[in-house]
Amino acid sequence: MSLVSKFNRRGFLRSSGVFAVGALAAPTILRAQDGPIVLGHLTPRTGFLGPLGEYAVMAVDLAVEEVNAAGGIDGRELRVLKEDSVNPQTASTKAERMIERDGVAAIIGEISSASALTIAQTAERAKKLFINTGANSDALRGADCKRHMFHVETQNVMYVNAEGQHLLQSGLVEGKSWYLLTADYAFGHDLSAGAKAFLERHGGKLAGEDLIPTDATDFSSFMLKIREAKPDLVALNLAGTQITSFFKQYGEFGLDFPLGGFGFDTAMAWAAGVENFKGTWPSVWNHLIQTEKSQAFTKTFMDKYGKPPENQAWGDYMAIQIMAQAIRATKGTDTAAIIEYFESADAKFDMMKTRQGYFHPETHQLLQEIYAITALPPAEAKNEWDIFTTAGPLPAADQPLETLIADAVGGTCSFGS
Amino acid sequence: MSLFLFLSQLLNGLLDGFYYLLIAIGLSLIFSLGGIVNLAHGAFFAIGAYLAIAISPYTGFFGAVILVPLIVAGLGMVTERLLFTRFYRADPLYSLLLTFGLAMVVEQSLRWAFGSAPLAYSIPDVLRGQVFLGDFIYSRYRIFLIVVAIAAVAGLWFLLNRTAFGRIVRAGIQNPDILAAMGISLRPYLSAVAGIAIGLAGLAGVLMAPIVPVHPAMGAEVLTAAFVVVVIGGLGSFWGVVLAALLVGLVKGLVIAIGLPSWSLAAIYLLMFLVLMLRPRGLMGERILRFE
Repeated sequence: MSLVSKFNRRGFLRSSGVFAVGALAAPTILRAQDGPIVLGHLTPRTGFLGPLGEYAVMAVDLAVEEVNAAGGIDGRELRVLKEDSVNPQTASTKAERMIERDGVAAIIGEISSASALTIAQTAERAKKLFINTGANSDALRGADCKRHMFHVETQNVMYVNAEGQHLLQSGLVEGKSWYLLTADYAFGHDLSAGAKAFLERHGGKLAGEDLIPTDATDFSSFMLKIREAKPDLVALNLAGTQITSFFKQYGEFGLDFPLGGFGFDTAMAWAAGVENFKGTWPSVWNHLIQTEKSQAFTKTFMDKYGKPPENQAWGDYMAIQIMAQAIRATKGTDTAAIIEYFESADAKFDMMKTRQGYFHPETHQLLQEIYAITALPPAEAKNEWDIFTTAGPLPAADQPLETLIADAVGGTCSFGS
Repeated sequence: MSLFLFLSQLLNGLLDGFYYLLIAIGLSLIFSLGGIVNLAHGAFFAIGAYLAIAISPYTGFFGAVILVPLIVAGLGMVTERLLFTRFYRADPLYSLLLTFGLAMVVEQSLRWAFGSAPLAYSIPDVLRGQVFLGDFIYSRYRIFLIVVAIAAVAGLWFLLNRTAFGRIVRAGIQNPDILAAMGISLRPYLSAVAGIAIGLAGLAGVLMAPIVPVHPAMGAEVLTAAFVVVVIGGLGSFWGVVLAALLVGLVKGLVIAIGLPSWSLAAIYLLMFLVLMLRPRGLMGERILRFE
């Protein structure tokens, strides 16, 4: 290998970066507490989850801007290193590099449940925090849970319970048959197990199920199978652009069985368009929630990017705010202190919803209200974004937030010693 | 599963083959004539889809179906003149690098111009709805899509096999040096072929935009399947590519019909593996001296 190829652009930037940081840090080295707070952000920016990852990145930029404009965290500047997590292997390599080389205080992000697991394993070994903002698999809160992993994103069972309530009320469960389409990876398998358990508990039956490769774009063969099976409900456990493909082609084949599902992101409804988007879906957050905080966030985001924030944008924005709150409360970035804070009863977070959220100490899942959204008929949509209506928060005001995580599949969580 | 559904899945798979065909046939043409493996072919497919969204508010969907392939063909000819020409005689590795880079540049440009989130685009109202062939249900839009694809491929066949233009292109594929010795310059033909091939990718882009998510990386997704089709069909053979496209669709349909949908993508690679084991030049590949 020649000298030139060894000393490439990245290498040059890296080494000059080290010099620069060294030079800047030298006078303040004895007061390290005053230096910037550095967080790592990993999320898929390419592939079938890439479009969601892009929203996450926009939100992180916005959050960092706001925190620093308000004088940083206890006077310390906030910096976030952002990278494409690509796939589980790359995600773990990058997480390791961020922790070992860049010395980040915590890692935030991810959408894929498979990549979230590898990042969590890396973070656990290095005893650093990982705040999951987009991976839903129950197993991450069950058998695969980690002491250093906290979940801002809702978990699958919360969606199953919320959407399930809606389906029960609509009479689509007892004695009815469901056809499931399931994304063929960790998230989909986990969601499918939860959905089938729910169906069985409430006396419904399975009309059929197909596992769909994550990069499949043609759903025509499944449309033919669904039509033949004549289910009472088509329930989706899909993710990312799969959801958009499904909506577009379900409309194309003119099937009209009721639609619902347990995996959902607003961006995928926007991408399907008002003519194709149908059914009622669970939503961790959406831009139509009528709280003061939500509307203010929506407006700031729209002013900056020209489109409303997606739920993934909300998730990563919240994670930065939650970390900032924890660093303020514990007066530093000590991992053990932050974990203790997150697990304590004092740690309540404003999630831009009606009730405050808090981490469930046994699973590290952030308990919070969620919503159900229903597609509007094309004639009633005012613009390309407001193509659904949102119902009030779930669970009802007299129910504790814990009801949402009842009956989770994915094993029991034990943090070990 | 009923026999009816089984047959429906086979038929559906066969029809799917036509989408691959539009991309694969252009890929095969550019390689056969100029020896360039165009990894940017999928990028032009994506450009076609985005252009359809950009211009259909002014031209309507059908206007876009006619105009977009022409614009993309123009882009293709410019690309050929500015970039491909420098690599016809070079090691194929260079053109691979070139087109790989071009694909990335196009993808990032689309991301920069339109954002990373998929854009909404719908089937025109006239083409909404279903067609029943006996008990077999099919989308009216896909029937339209297949008719357009067949017309485009038939037009291409006519051009290559029944015109003076086609005779020179076919001669150029077999032996460019003899052609040059006869005083015929291949250059304008290379440009025209790149234009036609890339224009077909653009056409596929417009046609697919209403039924798949339109996002910057959509080109990379179709490209792999198209390559498999070209390899199975064999280089230089028009009918080889047609046969391979239909076969790939059929195999996908069959795998789904026997209840293994999660294997549907893997199956086409297994098919390629099998064909290459038995016929290293592909199903109907011709012996082309330059590539031996």
